[in-house]
Amino acid sequence: MKPVNFDYARPVDLDAALALVGDDSRAVKVIAGSQSLGPMLNMRLVQPELLVDITAIEALKRVEERPGAVVMGACVTHADIEDGRVPDVTRGALPAVARGIAYRAVRNRGTIGGSLTHADPSADWISILAALGARVTLRGPSGERELAAEDYMLGALEADLRPGELLVSVTVPRLSPSARWGYHKICRKTGEFAHAIGAFLVDPERAVSRAVIGATESRPIVVSDARQLLGEGRPGAFDSEAADSLAATAGLVDPIDRQIHVAALRRAIERAQVQ
Amino acid sequence: MSGQGVGASLARKEDDRFLRGRGQFVGDIRLASMKDVAFVRSPLAHARVGEIRIPPEHRGNVFIAADLQGVKPIVAVSGLTGFKVSEQPVLAYEKVRQVGELIAMCVGRTRAEAEDIAASVEVDLDELPAVHDMLAARRPDTALLHEHWGDNVFLETFVDLNMEAAFDAPIKVTREISTARQSMAPMEGRGTVATWDHRLGQLVLYTGSQMPHIVRTGLAECLGLDQTQVRIVSPDVGGGFGYKGILLPEDICLGWLAQRCGHPVRWLEDRREHLTAGANCREHHYRITAYADRDGTLRGIDCEATVDSGAYSSYPFSACLEAAQVASILPGPYDFPSYRCRTWSVATNKCPILPYRGVARTGVCYALELVLDAVAREAGLEPYEVRMKNLVRPEQMPFDNITRKHFDSGDYPEALRRAIAHIDLDGIRARQQQPAPDGRLIGVGLAVYCEQGAHGTSVYAGWGIPMVPGHEQATARMTPDGGLELRVGVHSHGQSMETTLAQVAHEILGIPVDKIKLVHGDTEYTPYSTGSWGSRCAVMAGGAVATATKEIARLAKGIGAHLLQTDPEKVELANGAVYGPNGSVTLKEIAHTWYRRPQDLPASVDPRGLEATIGYKPVRDSGTFSYAAHVATVAVDPETGDIEILDYVIVEDGGKLINPMVVDGQIYGGFAQGIGTALYEEMNYDASGQPLASTFADYLLPGPTEVPAPRLDHMETLAPYTEFGVKGLGEGGAIAPPAAIGNAVNDALRPLGAELLHSPMTPRRVLEAIQAAKRKAPVPQKAFA
Repeated sequence: MKPVNFDYARPVDLDAALALVGDDSRAVKVIAGSQSLGPMLNMRLVQPELLVDITAIEALKRVEERPGAVVMGACVTHADIEDGRVPDVTRGALPAVARGIAYRAVRNRGTIGGSLTHADPSADWISILAALGARVTLRGPSGERELAAEDYMLGALEADLRPGELLVSVTVPRLSPSARWGYHKICRKTGEFAHAIGAFLVDPERAVSRAVIGATESRPIVVSDARQLLGEGRPGAFDSEAADSLAATAGLVDPIDRQIHVAALRRAIERAQVQ
Repeated sequence: MSGQGVGASLARKEDDRFLRGRGQFVGDIRLASMKDVAFVRSPLAHARVGEIRIPPEHRGNVFIAADLQGVKPIVAVSGLTGFKVSEQPVLAYEKVRQVGELIAMCVGRTRAEAEDIAASVEVDLDELPAVHDMLAARRPDTALLHEHWGDNVFLETFVDLNMEAAFDAPIKVTREISTARQSMAPMEGRGTVATWDHRLGQLVLYTGSQMPHIVRTGLAECLGLDQTQVRIVSPDVGGGFGYKGILLPEDICLGWLAQRCGHPVRWLEDRREHLTAGANCREHHYRITAYADRDGTLRGIDCEATVDSGAYSSYPFSACLEAAQVASILPGPYDFPSYRCRTWSVATNKCPILPYRGVARTGVCYALELVLDAVAREAGLEPYEVRMKNLVRPEQMPFDNITRKHFDSGDYPEALRRAIAHIDLDGIRARQQQPAPDGRLIGVGLAVYCEQGAHGTSVYAGWGIPMVPGHEQATARMTPDGGLELRVGVHSHGQSMETTLAQVAHEILGIPVDKIKLVHGDTEYTPYSTGSWGSRCAVMAGGAVATATKEIARLAKGIGAHLLQTDPEKVELANGAVYGPNGSVTLKEIAHTWYRRPQDLPASVDPRGLEATIGYKPVRDSGTFSYAAHVATVAVDPETGDIEILDYVIVEDGGKLINPMVVDGQIYGGFAQGIGTALYEEMNYDASGQPLASTFADYLLPGPTEVPAPRLDHMETLAPYTEFGVKGLGEGGAIAPPAAIGNAVNDALRPLGAELLHSPMTPRRVLEAIQAAKRKAPVPQKAFA
């Protein structure tokens, strides 16, 4: 399990990186924290001719707090978020989720942009960011574009990344003081990828009520108006049947799998309600 | 004594290097000009091998079966009647019979380069239908692995001991129970460095091995070398568990190559090779019926057991050790009058099944203990009451059970009584009547087993496999400065023998443990031994060291008596010195005299000096029987299928404990592996024989957060036939957890009418069991009143 030979570049600015990424004469792969790509290289599942390491680019590690949001560079690590080096605008949601990602060694190196671009459905960021209404910014040969975090994932291990494009930042909206969130991950052992994720946000001041069923076979199931699942908002009024049929419609055909996912969402909602 | 002898919880001598990261493993060996080997392996489970195309630029660095002239395949025959022989090719010819089977050996300056070369080799494979299901493998229309056999059965065994007498029993419960295929997972994988020593005319093979002498014998036979031409060095080993007892085709390939290529060669198994091509174990299927009276008295056990033995009979344990052992140990620690068991060792297109800590015992314990709980539910009794009715009683000891296993000693019911006393059973039963606020269901489950260990010649001669243990030898040798060297043919890789065998020698001679050095892991320096397996080292190597050091004591007393100017029969050895009527002389002075001042000794001195190699066998070699009762308390989440171990109690009797702390460590380690078997580990294959787990992301092992600290309690009933009364117990921790946890889960699921009979007990299987129960019986059963 050793990688094939490849060239390696570690540019220090974004334009240089974009030039390398845009080189369509050879197979180019971008590497950041290497927590997923590293093993894939070793197993020769990926055989690039050039590896572009983007972790020396200061702009991708920058964090900017705005009145309505925080903007994180793609190379911000899970540990940066866990340890509070990223200002928290989510009433604790992002640090709490960061703390539950894999193991500390992975969190020290793994990046939020890498996780989203690797597009593993069972990863944490895609589900919680979808619940929080986060957006990603991409830069490529034809300039910048922005899209919702959940739309960036096209399917399992497939991100909406066009030739020559790089994910440069993630923008997370600031929650109102009365907002509440819940996150519940079901996995078989500590540090393992999730088998089911439930994520939930209610922010009445911003008229937001979002629910996410994550760690499916593909993209997370995002309910942009979750009031339909909540009965009258009382604890215990969660409509399991509605959630179940929603999940079935979205392609979760296996009833046991569906049961676990619905349970994860219900528990996420309960957590939000007891906050 | 000085607190270092038998019974002392001495800190481990080996920890100094291990805890500082200074262990020396095969992967740490660097030899000048060494090159790396990677293999072309079969991507298919069953196929005819056609043309193999090697790019011209790599011709000199790629070797295939046709190159290995004179190399014999690996053959591990069992002497049991009807056993069919398989030939495991060193490199595949004609057919491949498992994914990962070796097709070509590629040599590069680095492993990466060797993998590049391997990727450039093209192999034509004509795919054949794969046999992936051991039950289907016996059907007449199934593809055949070894065509000339006519079927896919290595061995069928049958025993009927008055089964008919049980058929009128009022309780009859039948269950289909199975354990998943696993891949045992030592932290260090396999690895081999091979080089030819021109000075000694010797192939030197460094490989992490539990059984260096057996590997030497097997390797020499396959390569056509004299055994004096082969030296096996087994350095530090990062976990064996059975996997490192096996002679691998890779070892033979490297041994062949090192004789010819003019430089050392190395192969280090990677984790994908380990999981997909190497370390398979444990896959059992039982159809088991228990007959009992209403009071829980067992009348008989009737069983059909199948073991998925994989494609080949591996060396030296063979393809049928598991199933043949199932038949002999299924009755467990119980006394009942009727027994029938039919077993099949079935060939499938999977890796050969290898013995893993506990060997057949883990599956047997799971099957028997689950069916005993089913008897308890049928009879309306507490599970422990059924055990109490049937456990062999202390006044019956020593006891020959229905399959003529000779239980040497112990109080099995007391172990169970103590285990139950450690938990609040009434409290748990009361708690089960109240719905938990989190919706989880509580269950308690137990399992009792006895573990035959250190079984010797009389047992293994019956199996007739390539390896039959005889007397275990040890060499003891005093050094001129009064220290002691011990040389043993077993290998210590977690058993802590560098400490515990020194404790044994200290017990006899009084030499401080830090002046005693254990030499092991090198065929050049140690007496022949079958090695470390079968919970035998404390009994066999411990007994051998005691025997050899007693001889040193006798010899030292002779010299000491001379120096004290008295007769040998008037002196005694104590605290590292020989005492006579009028004075004493230390062992250090005695050694100094023997080695450095022989002029001070009389002509009549015993010429053997201060060195002895002596063999040892227990008074009876039918094995020691350690035993234990395990009790698990679990919480099951009926919504997600999650299982949490709330409490775990182990009451264990290993006879005299040489080092109780080391014993605790052995139990903790085995317990962790037992949790893996119970809840996590599963090596699945698809219908085309493809292994579905190739990384530890797919093959789940319990980690620190999944292994709670068990509560241990020791009993110490001395074994009647062994030195100090020691019993083998190295495997025990891994035997009972699937059964105890399985029974606890079923106890928890009882209100839902669900029962789970397959390990690992994954969330999905829990939920499937609950759904099956809902379909079958909408009316929930009552929990224990």
